[in-house]
Amino acid sequence: MADYTENELAKDLENKEYEYGFTTNIESEKIPNGLNEDIIRLISSKKNEPDWLLEFRLKSFKMWEQMEEPDWAHVKYQKPDFQGISYYAAPKKQKYESWDDVDPEMKETMSKLGISLEEQKRLTGVAVDFVMDSVSVATSFKEKLSELGIIFCSFSEAVQEHPDLVKKYLGTVVPQSDNFYAALNSAVFSDGSFCYIPKGVKCPMELSTYFRINEAGTGQFERTLLIADENAYVSYLEGCTAPQRDENQLHAAVVELISLDGAEIKYSTVQNWFPGDKEGKGGVFNFVTKRGICHKRAKISWTQVETGSAVTWKYPSCILKGDDSVGEFYSVAVTNNHQMADTGTKMIHLGKNTKSTIISKGISAGKSQNSYRGLVKIDRKADNARNFTQCDSLLMTDRCGAHTFPYIECENPTAQLEHEATTSKIGEDQIFYCLQRGIDEEKAIGLIVNGYCKDVLNKLPMEFAVEAQKLLTISLEGSVG
Amino acid sequence: MLKIQNLHAEIDGKEILKGLNLEVKAGEVHAIMGPNGAGKSTLASVLAGKEDYEITKGSVEFEGKDLLDMETDERAKEGLFLAFQYPVEIPGVSNINFLRTAINEKREYLGQEPISAKDFMAMVRERSKLVELDSKLANRSVNVGFSGGEKKRNEIFQMAMLEPKLSVLDETDSGLDIDALRIVAKGVNALKKEDTASIVITHYQRLLDYIVPDFVHVLYDGKIVKSGPKELALELEEKGYDWIKEEVVNH
Ligand SMILES: Nc1ncnc2c1ncn2[C@@H]1O[C@H](COP(=O)(O)OP(=O)(O)OP(=O)(O)O)[C@@H](O)[C@H]1O
Ligand SMILES: [Mg+2]
Repeated sequence: MADYTENELAKDLENKEYEYGFTTNIESEKIPNGLNEDIIRLISSKKNEPDWLLEFRLKSFKMWEQMEEPDWAHVKYQKPDFQGISYYAAPKKQKYESWDDVDPEMKETMSKLGISLEEQKRLTGVAVDFVMDSVSVATSFKEKLSELGIIFCSFSEAVQEHPDLVKKYLGTVVPQSDNFYAALNSAVFSDGSFCYIPKGVKCPMELSTYFRINEAGTGQFERTLLIADENAYVSYLEGCTAPQRDENQLHAAVVELISLDGAEIKYSTVQNWFPGDKEGKGGVFNFVTKRGICHKRAKISWTQVETGSAVTWKYPSCILKGDDSVGEFYSVAVTNNHQMADTGTKMIHLGKNTKSTIISKGISAGKSQNSYRGLVKIDRKADNARNFTQCDSLLMTDRCGAHTFPYIECENPTAQLEHEATTSKIGEDQIFYCLQRGIDEEKAIGLIVNGYCKDVLNKLPMEFAVEAQKLLTISLEGSVG
Repeated sequence: MLKIQNLHAEIDGKEILKGLNLEVKAGEVHAIMGPNGAGKSTLASVLAGKEDYEITKGSVEFEGKDLLDMETDERAKEGLFLAFQYPVEIPGVSNINFLRTAINEKREYLGQEPISAKDFMAMVRERSKLVELDSKLANRSVNVGFSGGEKKRNEIFQMAMLEPKLSVLDETDSGLDIDALRIVAKGVNALKKEDTASIVITHYQRLLDYIVPDFVHVLYDGKIVKSGPKELALELEEKGYDWIKEEVVNH
């Protein structure tokens, strides 16, 4: 069945009166809209995948069909039409020999998004794996990394080159059945990033991937798998920006982190997808499942700055399985105009002496809704587990909303749990004070908000922090009222 | 430098300034005294450009320009500085970052290059010494966790850094111990130049022992009702405001 070809599919579809046809244009190649087993076979065959992966996809699809789209989050949106989406799109020219071969137009788009690779390339110490419409188009610093035995490549490449590693770890942290969107992703994921750091290796540079959504109406189903072997260390940066679109775009990624004994993974995200216009039209739906597992003495820290998307639904989580493991979550989530965000984390303490820290800063402006949802679960066997949670909300207007939903499930009496929460309105006095010192309103808000988020921004790698600061200021332009 | 004519201002429909006149020339120090609620802080806020106030009548000229026509931040960049009666805390923003932003905004406004990190730090060291502000405070978040006195000293430190043409000090002396008072006054005096001026709002003649004013004004019920040489402050301290009130009524 793996040989099922495009032509055969076309014939099948003809029989089923399909109305969309192949929408191949000059720049990119798409497969027909809709989702069924045949489409999944097509994706898999296009990517020349081994049978076990096709089976993984088909099994996920069957699970997904049985599942219902969740609606417990504090967000309201028009549910996506899953049959109206094309599940695969690839730029025609798939790989570039060198940076010079990259389409100049593509480079320009990137510059406009403020993620100029040219600049990135000059910033030595940052290897960039750029994912555009699901297929990696530029990878750099690969040689240097491979000298250390580090594998950093697109997910598709990993499937071809390192199938054993992929097979061993795929779906072990986020099982296919985990949730509606994770199941969907497992069935149709197109591409993403793969990273493996061998035992005892400290990755000498920040690994960075920029994702963006390019093709109108193209669902994005990225898959990231990151493995830090025993005592390894890696800092991984994920940046996301999407150009303006009228229709809502669905993004349902899955990220799995595996931090083996004594290893440490720092995973930082700056997410700036199109949030929709002032009236609330358009924008990206961001339904992401991110989770990591920590073995003995291992550590995972998630740091995120979320300013984009129309609807965000995202809970980067840590399973603290090994004794003495550590999980951290530092988050800034900004919502403006009609954006809705429901984000937070889950810290699942299974091992003894496990520790977790949660610092969440929500900023709401316009008519937006911003929710923190967090679960701290202490298992029966997790002696001496500790958690510190701090949730702060900052309101920029009287029309926006901030909500916190902290859940605690504690089955072990030796646990020490601390929770702090504050809600405040941005001070007119603070703004006046800045103005009186000659700092204009926009800069004043930038200063105040960045100050408010400092604890989180400090956790980001330097060059990312600068970008994040700018982003915060931009996304709150003219938002006080 | 500053010319206030027949200034009327109200807040939430209540008139607070009721025809205030005041002229300040370069090189002068003016003290404004007056009972609680007379409108002293209101005057300071109106000059600085706080939006809550509505100017219903009158004019204010600053260095030949119409002050009331300028935005709040523009007034600051033109050289107006207000030392707040209640300085505001800004968590997470270091004093240094705050000041550097302010200085560079002003420089950009004046068409100058941003200050170099080296010059800036040298300036911080020198000026913080002037007001004996612990250099650790310069690195802390703006006013967060500062004692009352430290906040006031920080205001003078900021003033020293921003080098305004006209400074309005709103009860900078209140809450200061006698040493701090001397230090603040020393700072103000050190910054005094031929082409700068200050308006010092205070309840206590004590401050005026250190910052010697050229003129003392009494602000009462939204107007300047009496002006005189520095000796007027002594008289006020001795006799209180009742005799002034009577004078006003008898007029
Ligand atoms: N929002 C407001 N609505 C009505 N009245 C107000 C408002 N804000 C201030 N006022 C009044 O304006 C008057 C002047 O206040 P202001 O703070 O200028 O006095 P002050 O001279 O600085 O007094 P103090 O010596 O106590 O500092 C006071 O009577 C005060 O109650
Ligand atoms: Mg006052």
